[in-house]
Amino acid sequence: MTYELSAEHEAFRKSVREFAEAEIAPHAAEWDRKHHFPSDVVQKMGSLGLMGLTAPEEYGGAGLSGEDGGFTSLCLAIEEIGRVDQSMGITLEAAVGLGINPILTFGTEEQKQAWLPDLVAGRTLAGFGLTEPGAGSDAGATKTKAELVDGPDGQEWVVNGSKQFITNSGADITSLVTVTARTGTRADGRAEISTIIVPSDTPGFIAEPAYDKLGWHASDTHPLTFTDARVPEANLLGERGRGFAQFLATLDDGRVAIAALAVGCIQACLDMSLQYAGERTTFGVPIGAKQGVAFQIADLEVMLRASRLLTYQAAAMKDAGRPMKEFKQAAAVAKLYATESAVTATRIATQVFGGYGFMEEYPVARFYRDAKVLEIGEGTSEVQRMLIARGKGLPVE
Amino acid sequence: MNIVVCVKYVPDATADRKFEDDNTVDRVGVDGLLSELDEYAVEQALQIKDKQADDTEVTVLSVGPENATDAVRKALQMGADKGVHVVDDAIAGSDALATSLVLAEAIKKIPHDLVVCGMASTDGGMGVVPAMLSERLGVPGVTLGSEISVEGETVKIRRDGDASTDTIEGSLPLVLSVTDQSGEARYPSFKGIMAAKKKPVETWSLSDLGVDAGSVGAGAAWSVVESTDARPPRTAGEIVTDEDGSGAKALVDFLASKKFI
Repeated sequence: MTYELSAEHEAFRKSVREFAEAEIAPHAAEWDRKHHFPSDVVQKMGSLGLMGLTAPEEYGGAGLSGEDGGFTSLCLAIEEIGRVDQSMGITLEAAVGLGINPILTFGTEEQKQAWLPDLVAGRTLAGFGLTEPGAGSDAGATKTKAELVDGPDGQEWVVNGSKQFITNSGADITSLVTVTARTGTRADGRAEISTIIVPSDTPGFIAEPAYDKLGWHASDTHPLTFTDARVPEANLLGERGRGFAQFLATLDDGRVAIAALAVGCIQACLDMSLQYAGERTTFGVPIGAKQGVAFQIADLEVMLRASRLLTYQAAAMKDAGRPMKEFKQAAAVAKLYATESAVTATRIATQVFGGYGFMEEYPVARFYRDAKVLEIGEGTSEVQRMLIARGKGLPVE
Repeated sequence: MNIVVCVKYVPDATADRKFEDDNTVDRVGVDGLLSELDEYAVEQALQIKDKQADDTEVTVLSVGPENATDAVRKALQMGADKGVHVVDDAIAGSDALATSLVLAEAIKKIPHDLVVCGMASTDGGMGVVPAMLSERLGVPGVTLGSEISVEGETVKIRRDGDASTDTIEGSLPLVLSVTDQSGEARYPSFKGIMAAKKKPVETWSLSDLGVDAGSVGAGAAWSVVESTDARPPRTAGEIVTDEDGSGAKALVDFLASKKFI
């Protein structure tokens, strides 16, 4: 048995690669330098159907079945975009995984009709407001509050609190953020967490100035504050009190998608290193003739293949509808291995480039800065190790 | 309405291109793709279809070796409705006249109001097939359109020349070629790629078209490539050093000698 992608997946990879090289690659360095979020190019990704790969046709999506490999195609798109620009890769990943999926999975028909067509077409973006200054993967520690009160047109949620590190939350094309908030106290004394849709134009909702990040400069990431932000009761997303569980359900897909972004990063490192090792000469020979360089590039090839296989395998499990427990484990393994490999790969690539690797005029420096966050976002490496160990039956805290 | 788009499968310009022993382009042993200039033709046909918003059908037609199905398939992935691939060993080595004969006979078998071509192929690059097609089909031909609109039976075509911009009106049926300024071609979406799997592609031979094998191919060509040589590698440029104020004159003399000025 061999493992390979379908001819359609390969054709799609080619299509996204052509798009990425024509529309994104020539500008990536400038967007990075200027911390510019290119809304128009994000909308072009939407026109190519990249945001709608896993959405049903009735909302403008591709309407693919698991058999067609819809989730795998999304991972391929993220990988190929990420190969030229990690910022645009995470923008796509977050647009689908954090923007569209919660509404698609838990929204009422009215909510879906209201928001999905624009999100799926990539005309607008949605952010997912989970992380807070004191709460990340420990979502139960959420402090943001939402209270149901009487309003002029019926009951309203009044949201107060703050969120941080929220991707796609403050762009000019952001239409909403879904936020997790405490909506009461459960019988066992723990916080009741629910999810609420807050449209961008809601008075009292402010996307604060964008972060000054180490990498992902062209990705739109903001702290958010909510001061008596009022939205209709009907903006509750999914079931009241199920906000945390709902959030957990969206995480596994995101892990595989981040792994795909890491694969794109490793591929970029290999491509850049190979080219440079053939061009740059020292002592009269290309540096690729030196074992010190050649062996490191061999290691990149190994990391790339291993990461790619783990990622595609996890994606294929999702498409095939394999049991959740099995998929969760595969997602955690792929995320952990691919992202840690990506960080190593950028270290190797900058080393191959020597002094030039430290200069911003070569993209390798940008990838070096962009890679680190892959080990942090959507569950740190530590969280993945914990999940994997638990999956093996160890009682890890 | 029915639109036929003629597309060519050409060697990938970024890959290693070579010639056969008889000095024809090797179209089988190299990586090929849908000619980029023909992508503009597919795009214009699809835009017309989108605007018509009726049951307009776009058929993509290619004459070429087995692999040329890839070019047809790519056009279907972009959104064309069905494909026709004319393949026959006797066609190998055909010149533009013979190619236009095969295309014209194939088009006659396909319902067509508008025939759209690219401005030239990216390999042969002659750019004469569209005009030959209009002659062979006996319908008006307008070449090098950069903006196209169709209203009822009337086609409006803008042609951008060096000295003027002309807008030409023609009536269907009509043969049209479009330039690389007509609008960027769309990328195939995954949905389009999946949908293309189910779209019909017919394969025709010369006998299906009633074309005599002796009237096409290298033997019937009006011109023959005698020999080919790879372009010599780029040589180092000439450096003009200005020490006594004669630099400007030396530059001007150089440019004049190369007929740049």
